[in-house]
Amino acid sequence: MIRISRRHALLGGATIGAGVALTACTSNDPADTAQVKTDTSGNANAATGPKVVIGFSAPAADHGWIAAITNNAKAQAAQYSDVELRTVEAGADAAAQRAALATLIAQKPNVIVMLPHDGKELNATGLEAMRAGIPVVNLDRAFPSAAAYRLQIKGDNYGMGLAAGQYIGEQLKAKGVSNPIIGEIPGIDSLELTQERTAGLNAALAVYGFKVANRRPAEFTADSGQAAATALLQALPKMDALWNHDDDQGIGVLAAVKQANRGEFFMVGGAGSKTAIEAITKDDSVLKATVTYSPSMASSAISLARLIGQGKGMSDLVELQVPKEITLASETITKDNASKYAKLGF
Amino acid sequence: MTARTALPRRTDNDQVLRNLGLVGVLAALVVIGIVTRPELYSDPAWVRNNILTILQQASAIGVVTVGMTFVIIGGGIDLSVGAIIALAGVWSTTLATQAYGAAGMIFTALVVGLAVGLVNGVLIAYGKLVSFIATLAMLVSARGLAAQISGKQTQVSTNDTINSIASSRLIGIPVLVWILAAVVVAGWVLLNRTTFGRRTVAVGGNPEAARLAGIDVKRHTMLLFVLSGLCCGIAAIMLTSQATSAQAAMANLYELDAIAAAIIGGTLLSGGRGTIVGALFGVLVFSTITNLFAINNLATEVQNMVKGGIIVAAVLLQQFRYRSLTNLLRRRNDPDIS
Repeated sequence: MIRISRRHALLGGATIGAGVALTACTSNDPADTAQVKTDTSGNANAATGPKVVIGFSAPAADHGWIAAITNNAKAQAAQYSDVELRTVEAGADAAAQRAALATLIAQKPNVIVMLPHDGKELNATGLEAMRAGIPVVNLDRAFPSAAAYRLQIKGDNYGMGLAAGQYIGEQLKAKGVSNPIIGEIPGIDSLELTQERTAGLNAALAVYGFKVANRRPAEFTADSGQAAATALLQALPKMDALWNHDDDQGIGVLAAVKQANRGEFFMVGGAGSKTAIEAITKDDSVLKATVTYSPSMASSAISLARLIGQGKGMSDLVELQVPKEITLASETITKDNASKYAKLGF
Repeated sequence: MTARTALPRRTDNDQVLRNLGLVGVLAALVVIGIVTRPELYSDPAWVRNNILTILQQASAIGVVTVGMTFVIIGGGIDLSVGAIIALAGVWSTTLATQAYGAAGMIFTALVVGLAVGLVNGVLIAYGKLVSFIATLAMLVSARGLAAQISGKQTQVSTNDTINSIASSRLIGIPVLVWILAAVVVAGWVLLNRTTFGRRTVAVGGNPEAARLAGIDVKRHTMLLFVLSGLCCGIAAIMLTSQATSAQAAMANLYELDAIAAAIIGGTLLSGGRGTIVGALFGVLVFSTITNLFAINNLATEVQNMVKGGIIVAAVLLQQFRYRSLTNLLRRRNDPDIS
């Protein structure tokens, strides 16, 4: 027979109580943050057409940007009465996504929209779908083979760096700073996208005869951003400008700036998150601008997939079909235009 | 057999020597800093600020390392510390938890840390899982749960009390550094001045002997993982305050940093030996290297290679000193060997 002492009973009760209290704490009221195109007045393409079944697959990564991609795709699809979205979990890696897409292809949707884990590794899957007569819309991570996709819509990493560098150059020139100290906080340094962003920044700064004084990579997370920024601020006791590649890690970068009690420089962000746009609007921190790499491309991808499925072109273009490649421009959000971009923040 | 009994016991003296060695490494790193960036080091205000920055950046990982040191001395390993921090951080920054204010957030982080540590401990002590496997499984699943709860988003902390922990100072010293100091002192007392500490060493050194000596080895092993979980809960609050946010991918690879710091601080990976002060120095060496590389604008790839080199050098040194001491004592005890 097991004797339960009063101490154990009390302890057990407390544990269960804490557990109950905690589970009540997991709720995160999901705010309505999706970026959708709703203005459809007078556009012939908006009229309900033949039903289009769109298969969708994106990685389950733990970054706000990827989360926004999936949310946007779903929200945009919900705008159309003639679109049915079938989402398949892409799993943890390219192999899992290949398997998920194989099932999707077998279901014969009219169009497939996918953000591959890796463009090279899912190239064959793209080809397979195209051969099966299903047009593929590639989101952001390009396939090496042009036959593997019908449409590719992506952001511009080099352009992001270029835009950030141009803004920094212009601002410093206007201030008359001749030999500025510029810091850079990239994301995960081994990624091609990071290298492209850095190349763009350096190219734009070179036009003004400026260059980066110190570069401390983070890992796209706020805590790594805080650590990188703290190190950078310590290395540069005086700084004129800072480009942080990613607004998610930027939360940590801004925290570090505050903790170090600094404010003699201005900072440019990257991606265009809701938090960053709000900070720029409020203008109460060093963050004065951010250059976009918007997950709104997922909403556009769904709209374009619908047009492809219905055999329609883009109404402002002469061509009867949707173009093959679209690269979004990286736009610079400042206090002046922040209100316009507020609804595009993710 | 005679050689076995002649093995020297690690004395306090020996540990002091090892810690002096780590102080030497720290001093060397500072000298390199002074030589390479004299213009920075010529400003006393900058130097003071730099020391505090190094300590502050070492504080969260330092707290984790104290817990990890206990686990390793007790013969286990905890690969889930980074994941526990992420889960505790995310759970304490959901909108629902933040509604309960700073106290609610701190309570949540600590309870989540304790609870996950308890699950680890029960699986390892009573489920008889190898700690490497059990905590590896926890690493994956805790990060998974954190991603589930956060919806893969970065959760911003809007609580001013929590956010100000990282920017506040007490008598000129950052509050985070005070927290680290408190945890280190508590850890030192627990390991060196209590039966709990003696039992930890006994369990890690020889679990069977510890059991025969009347120690409840299973219960003790479980408690060690609970302790590590608690340290992770504390670190989660510190890190959340520093980043003013939490997310499922936070505290990435903290487990490796904590293990490395404990090892170069003189903790035996096979258990039975280690010190809190050594582990603290281990953390400080890594934090100083990060600082040194930053002020010289050197690539982080090289920094990682140097870190790896230091870990290997520390373990080699440990073995070398151990062997040479053994040989010395053998010669003394047995005049035939010379």
